[in-house]
Formats: sequence, C-alpha cells, structure tokens
Amino acid sequence: MQLDELKAIAEKHRSSRKKIIVRTCMSAGCMSSQADIIKKNLEAEAKAQGLEADVEVRRVGCMGFCGQGPLVGWDNSGEHGLWEFVKPEDAASIIAALKGGECKVQRGDPKHPFFAKQMHIVRANGGIIDPERIEDYIAIGGYTALHHSLTELQPAQVVEEVTKSGLRGRGGAGFPSGLKWGTVAKSPGAKKYVVCNGDEGDPGAFMDRSVLESDPHLVLEGMAIAAYAVGADQGYLYVRAEYPLAISRLQIAIKQAKQLGLLGAGIFESPFNFNVDIRIGAGAFVCGEETALMASVEGKRGTPRPRPPFPAESGLWGCPTLINNVETFANISAIINKGGEWYAGIGTEKSKGTKVFALTGKIKNNGLIEVPMGIPLRQIIMEMGGGAPDGRSIKSVQTGGPSGGCIPADYLDTPVDYESLTKLGSIMGSGGMVVMDDTTNMVEIAKFYMEFCMEESCGKCIPCRAGTVQMFNLLEKITQRKATARDLAKLEELCDMVKNTSLCGLGQTAPNPVISTLKFFRKEYAELLQPDPFGP
Amino acid sequence: MAVKTLTIDGRPITAEEGATVLQAATEAGIKIPTLCHLEGVYDVGACRLCIVEITGTTKLLPACTTKVSEGMEVQTQTERLRNYRRMILELLFAERNHVCAVCVSNGHCELQTLAYSQGMEHIRYDYTFPKWNVDTTHRLFGMDHNRCVLCTRCVRACWHIEGAGTKNIAGRGATSKIITDLNQPWGDSDSCTECGKCVMACPTGALFQKGSTVGEMVHDRDKLEFIVTAREKKQWVAAD
Repeated sequence: MQLDELKAIAEKHRSSRKKIIVRTCMSAGCMSSQADIIKKNLEAEAKAQGLEADVEVRRVGCMGFCGQGPLVGWDNSGEHGLWEFVKPEDAASIIAALKGGECKVQRGDPKHPFFAKQMHIVRANGGIIDPERIEDYIAIGGYTALHHSLTELQPAQVVEEVTKSGLRGRGGAGFPSGLKWGTVAKSPGAKKYVVCNGDEGDPGAFMDRSVLESDPHLVLEGMAIAAYAVGADQGYLYVRAEYPLAISRLQIAIKQAKQLGLLGAGIFESPFNFNVDIRIGAGAFVCGEETALMASVEGKRGTPRPRPPFPAESGLWGCPTLINNVETFANISAIINKGGEWYAGIGTEKSKGTKVFALTGKIKNNGLIEVPMGIPLRQIIMEMGGGAPDGRSIKSVQTGGPSGGCIPADYLDTPVDYESLTKLGSIMGSGGMVVMDDTTNMVEIAKFYMEFCMEESCGKCIPCRAGTVQMFNLLEKITQRKATARDLAKLEELCDMVKNTSLCGLGQTAPNPVISTLKFFRKEYAELLQPDPFGP
Repeated sequence: MAVKTLTIDGRPITAEEGATVLQAATEAGIKIPTLCHLEGVYDVGACRLCIVEITGTTKLLPACTTKVSEGMEVQTQTERLRNYRRMILELLFAERNHVCAVCVSNGHCELQTLAYSQGMEHIRYDYTFPKWNVDTTHRLFGMDHNRCVLCTRCVRACWHIEGAGTKNIAGRGATSKIITDLNQPWGDSDSCTECGKCVMACPTGALFQKGSTVGEMVHDRDKLEFIVTAREKKQWVAAD
C-alpha cells in the first residue's frame, strides 16, 4: 500500500457515491429498538419506490441523540436531516419524503443546542461512515495520519506532537499522554507493547462502546501511530465481553486493515510492523485498572499489582507497555493531521481538546455528546440536556462513576476540566455523567455506588475487600434509620482509611461517592440518624 | 553491588540496591508488621499492614514491594499508620470467623500476634459471620475457610516453591476463596503432592495438619526459607 493507492481507494469510493444517503444508526442503543429491521425495510422501500439508483441506505454508527432513537439521518446535495423514534413501518413514508412526500415521523432539529454546542474530534465520523467498511473511513481521509507519521516523522517527532497537543489520558486520571508515550519510547527493551483499554465499566457510561462501534478504524489508526512512536510491534485491544457488537466490528476492521496492508508487516512499505489482537474481558470491573488489565491479557487472574513499576517501564510480560484509553487513541489521528498546536488551542489551559460524555439519568435529552473542555456544566445540563424532565429541578450531577462524586446544582457553573472537577471532590472520569433530580435520595446513591465497588472488589487487598463491605453495611444501616452519629463517624473513618491504604485505584476511589455526598448533602445523612442510646 | 543510604524512623541505614524497604528495615532490626509477606516467595503487597510513609510522596506505600532509593526518608510508626493498621486488623477479624479459643493455631497465629502487637483492643465493626465450610477431604491436611485471611501465601508457596500449582484463588471480593485444582475437594486433587508447604506457609489456623487440636498447630515457616535459600543460593543453612 502506498499513498496514491490509498487516495485511489478514497477517490473511487467517493465517486461511486449515490445522490441521497440515508443513514441508519446501527449502534447498540438503536439496534436494541430494531434498527436492523428499519434498515432492511428502508432498502426494500427504496427499491419498491424506484429510487435504488439514487438512494444509498447506509449502516452508520452512533449519532449521539440516543434517547430519541432509533435515529435515521439523510444527506441530499449538501442538505441534512434527521428522523427520531423511527419504527420499522415508517420506512415507506421516510423514502417517500426523500422525494418530497409527506412524512409523519418526528423530525430532529440539527440546530438544537444538543447538536449545536458540540465539537467533534473523536466522534467526527460517528453516524456518518459505515463502521464495517474501511473504504468509508479511507474516503474521509482515514489512515493518512498513519502514512504521514511513518513517512515524514521520526518516532520522537510523533511523541513531540502529542506532547504539544496537551492531550491527557481520557480514562479518567488525566495523565499527560505525551509524557507517557515519551517514557515508553525511552524505556530500554527490544520488545514493547501498545494496549488499548476498552474495558469501560462505570455505570451509565457508554462513550468508548460508541466510539468502537461507530469508528473502529480511528482507534486502530491511533494505536498504530502510538506503536510507531514508542517502538512497539504488537498491540492488544482489551474490550469487555458485554460489548459484542464492538468486538465484531473491531474484528472486521482489523481484518480489512490487514488485507489492505494498513496493519501487519511492512505498513505503507516501511519497515514498521504492527499487529493488533483483541482480548475479551470476562466481566470484572477491576480489569479496567491497568495492572489488572495486563494480568488479564497475560491470561492470569485479573488483579492489580502495586505500582511502581509502572507499565511504561515494566508492563506486559515485563516489557515496556503503553496503555491508553479508547478515547485517547481516537484523538491521535486528528492531532497528527492538524497538529498539536491546533489541538492545544481547544479547551482550557490545563485541559486540552474535547471530551465525550454519556449524558444520562433524569434529563430530557439523553445521549452522547462531545464538548470542548472548559464548557460550564450548566450549558451541558440545562441547554444541551434540556434540564430535568417532568418539571422537576436538577439536584446533582454525578461524574466519574464509582470513582467520582456528586456535584450539587449550586456548582453548575463549574467549567468541565480535570482540575475544577477534582477540586469539587469529583473527577473527570471516563465520561459518565448521571444527572439526578430533586426526588433523588443522595444516601441511596452513595449506597448504590458502594455496593457496586463491594461487588467489583477483586479481594486482593484487605482495605478494599473488607472495608467496602463494612462501609456498605453502615450505609444500609443509615438508610434503614438504624444508625447513630457514632456509625456515621465510623463510616467517615473507614472512608479515609480505605482511600489511603488500598492497593489500586478501585479501592482508593471507592469512598469518593460517600465523601462527596457527605460534603454537599450531609443534611440528608443527619436526617436519617437515630439518637444514640449510649449518649453522644 | 551499589549501596543506597536512607533513613528509617530517623535512623540512617544502608541497603543494597534493589532491596525493598522491608528488607532494609529487617536488616537494621526495625520491625514493620507484615501478614502477606513470607520469606521465600515473591511479595504481592496485598495486606497493606506494612504501609509506610515516605517523604515526597503523598501515597502510603507497602514496604514489601517498595525498593530503597538514595536519600529516602521512611517513617514506619506514625500515629496515622498505627491507626490504619489497627483498622485493617479489625476488618480482618470482622470478616470471617476468627475464634482463637477453639483454633488449632491459638498461641502460634500471626494474626493473633499482630493484633496484640498493634494494640487492637476491640473490634469496632459488626461481625459478618459468613458461613464457610471446612475441607477435611485430604489424607493429611485440612482447610478451614473460616480462618482464612486470603493472604495467598499458600498459593504462592504451592506454585513457586513446590511448583505443583494446586492451590489457587477463585471468586472475588469478600467471597474470594482458596481452592484446590478446579475447585474440587482437596482430597480429590490430582496435582497435590502432599508436600505440606501450604500448611507451613499459612499464618493462621486455616491450613492445619489433621489430628491437631486447640493450640497444637505450629507452622514451620523457617523450613520454606531454608528450602529457598538452599535452592537459590546453594547454601544449606539450617534455620535456628
């Protein structure tokens, strides 16, 4: 494969495109509401109404507005539109509407703040290209960033570009990616690995699933560029087994990329080799922790180990390993194509670029959004999300899943960046954003997350294994109105201990939902306490 | 071999490069409490009892897996650390059914000794009283899961000293359990060589020789160290 061949594929694909494109979302959300039948019906209708020559019914990935799904979009000579809540029997009227016929299906508004306030880098192709056709990805400029890196940049220059971009890890902790890449690149060792963490497990989070289902090649290209930069020739994509559609699309993508020589040996006829294998998780949340994930890839029991040594020095099978999240890799090709400086121009001083959030919970507009860093929470919740449904008011926003915290409505003007969220006792996290309205009981929320951590604790270290059990029991006692102020003090003491002594991130952050709800909603706890029969 | 100088609890100490803080402290006669650490097998840093404070890091690090470095300042006995250690021990006692009075290892138990030495006077947390079984299917040994602290010393001894790979761990969180082979009764295990190293490694009365009654089970842990020293350093030094 050479650049002109790549361009030829893109050109051929572009020129064979039909006039009207009807895009059917075939991501997991819409698929669960019969999107596959909708697509089949649309194809049959296009044929029946004699529009076969003009209309292409395309399978696409996530369009973001998941709460209004199944979604069907259309492009006709520069104009776009969207239908919402499509049912299989709507196919005839949708095809008829393309010719100016009447259509009763609900129309989406592309100027709605939900779409208008977004900025797409990671999700640029989501809902536009067919994730199962590499030609679609190539036609919009796919794999040119890899070509540019391999032919015109030294590995150190690639690292330099990522450093310049200011990109920070999108898995949650926000470690500077350029620094991590540089460490792996400089670590001595003939064999190195690149690992993509797709073990997304936070309750309410589905950003990475959407990226993998909608644009698998974007992640593969990012991984290949990373491998070139750090000197690796083998990659592993760790995806949880609960994402079967993502896994099958990745398998297709890897196969297609290999056939075209975009993965494998001698990529773009350079001496660079890179193979990617998929590793499927087995249902353990803790395997999203990098050391546990690597143990799992090695075929061992997925439990974390103490760091240091960090994976960058000693990772898979003791070799230097670069491990990044799906969304981090998905940012890479844009950074290479448009330059680190362009990327650094987006966002705030310390948090660059965009972030994908899964907006869920008690909110009118559910779905996936990608926004520039630094956008106030209020804009996301009130304008894009449309606030709470049924005339209720917003009480709190939970970010960062079981490792994060609850931000009360008073702080909605906080900009969304790593530091501001940490200051409030929450974290950026991987991108889950669960909105709660005024009917929500915050103690119950804390208990829910503690139960999650208790069940997902691997059991290796005592503070997390036994501490989460005791914290959950105390929370249960509080919600059952059987606890006293003494129990609450015990809970707070345990939070501090588990946070400071646990082995891995799961245990160290497990108390966060309790700590943050105690910080902002202490009254709700106090109301449930009983007088202590033994005195204060 | 390069040498590093550091201070532990204010005392200047030298240690070989690559040594852990625990090794350096032990060599200097400074006692750091441990439970999952066992001489002769690799460390996992799981029990968190040996956590220490190191100047310059906000995180508490386990002494057994943290390597010494030049100029390191280590604190092993601050009030905060002692408090955390007591809480960890209390959590362990509340987690399973540790009843010293009827235990085969009463008087020879590391968990019991730790509780005394760390000043654990009472248990603040509610006992969970889980129902665990006792596996007495093996000809020579028994396993009482009620007394297990999940330190995995038996697993590591089985895999890395004996090389049999019989013992393993299944499940997760509080329901984690030491198993033999593919969760079979110990007596049905094909891979068990009946070497007894797991029993020697056990800190509590969870693994015992059959026939021992209250207070009779003394685990001969020095034997494991002896075997490893003999194998790795070719030194046949009998432990005292």
